[in-house]
Amino acid sequence: MSKKKIYLDYAATTPVDEEVFEAMKPYFCEKFGNPSSSHQFGKETREAVEAARKQVADFLRCKPEEIIFTSGATESNNLAIRGVTAKSIGQKKSGAGFVPHVITSSVEHSCVLNACKTLEDDKLAEVTYLSVNKEGLVEIEEIERAVKSRTVLVSIMYANNEIGTVQPIEEIGNLIKRLNGSRGGERSSRIYFHTDAVQAINYLDCDVNTLGVDLLSISAHKFYGPKGVGALFIKEGTSIARIQDGGGQEFGMRPGTHNVPGIVGLGEAITKIKNNESVNENIERLSDKLIDGILKSVPNSKLNGSCKKRLPNNVNISFPGAEGEAILLALSFEGVAVSTGSACASSDLRPSHVLVALGLGPADYHSSVRFTLGKYTTEEEIGRVLTVLPGIIERLRKISGQA
Amino acid sequence: MSIDYSEKVIKHFFNPQNMGKMEDPDGVGTAGNIACGDEMTICIKVKGAAGDDRENDVVEDVRFETLGCAAAIATSSMVTELAKGKTIKEAKQISLKDVAGELGGLPPIKMHCSNMAADALHKAIEDYLQKSK
Repeated sequence: MSKKKIYLDYAATTPVDEEVFEAMKPYFCEKFGNPSSSHQFGKETREAVEAARKQVADFLRCKPEEIIFTSGATESNNLAIRGVTAKSIGQKKSGAGFVPHVITSSVEHSCVLNACKTLEDDKLAEVTYLSVNKEGLVEIEEIERAVKSRTVLVSIMYANNEIGTVQPIEEIGNLIKRLNGSRGGERSSRIYFHTDAVQAINYLDCDVNTLGVDLLSISAHKFYGPKGVGALFIKEGTSIARIQDGGGQEFGMRPGTHNVPGIVGLGEAITKIKNNESVNENIERLSDKLIDGILKSVPNSKLNGSCKKRLPNNVNISFPGAEGEAILLALSFEGVAVSTGSACASSDLRPSHVLVALGLGPADYHSSVRFTLGKYTTEEEIGRVLTVLPGIIERLRKISGQA
Repeated sequence: MSIDYSEKVIKHFFNPQNMGKMEDPDGVGTAGNIACGDEMTICIKVKGAAGDDRENDVVEDVRFETLGCAAAIATSSMVTELAKGKTIKEAKQISLKDVAGELGGLPPIKMHCSNMAADALHKAIEDYLQKSK
């Protein structure tokens, strides 16, 4: 493993930006006060948390008090889904017996799907899982068709973590506004719109007004911030209940002592996204180079997801005749870190639910490899992948007799 | 997780033994299936011994073709090494434990690969015995 390491798994996590780390440092040993304390130590960190809240609010173009800090996207997504459905049950005049309806898609992150599954199992909600087309896109008409009078929440991710497909969030936002208009605008009968923007935030417009979302989840470690901290935008007036009890932190919506260094890091990291257009253009150029290079040099390789509506840093390709975990291991011995949707590489031996939802067959989903680029990816690294990959696939296809 | 393989698994993954097609095999066995991600085919060439008892026949050559993860490839390679030169009686007794053991162990979640390799070999032997009846 002495070869130079090449990290192409930025969708899994990103390294903390050095400047972000510098901003966080004082909040471990020097400025350690509890933001809920009334003394000077508390004031210092309370101000830091509020400054970070403002940084996030400026980025999402909302009010600071519409930002709730959480432990990450899993918690943000759970809070959005469980919180909105729980509150709707208490609010309905019909009282007991009201079962809220949630609409989501079959390609969401597992934390969204599993939160929905638990609600169903506990008979706390009915959930519609929308199918997607072969590019991974949700059809707007399908959402409209799925809406019921009991629908309280639509949760559709902004960009997919596995295939990078970008959903038409703004159009869905407009649809929901229209549907809410015809419902008379009463808060208790509103449909709320949530999006998991975890993968989108580095690359796409996250102005919550343009998107027309009521709730939006983010996670710091996907944009060069620290792990274990995230946020949920909750539009003012949204009918939502907290899902854990404790003190009154985060406007009573998310009790628990603040992760001050994490929150400071999140705030710092999000301000850095604003001015990285040239970085993103470079990432897109390198991704295109990788896609073109692979499709040209590896026979019978196929790009998964959408050609046009995809994140600029995502490259997901299938190599039928080889198997994903074997490709991953061989690449890893060349120093290249990627991920795969193959069952053999997952802890539950199940293939990627996203690739299955696209309608791919086993030969394609078991041979899929995801390369995700980031701001530290270089031309040289992409060149190196293009040099070693064709030989790896050729060798594995020889072993399988499918060369 | 895939990095947690023993050195021997890695060695067989990068340098698999007895890989490839076989002309006119005497027995063919297939295990696993593409839906699960792994599919293994083992072919054997057998040299008949004197007498009627086929158990004394010798597995002269073994070849495998495997679509699968590193563990599937390594177990295929190992099972062919274990079977080569053995009598039918001996080869029948090669178990998943033998394959995994010879490889210096497999991560628990990958034990089914070992099972698959032994299974494919046993099916190839079964095929040979059926044909030579």
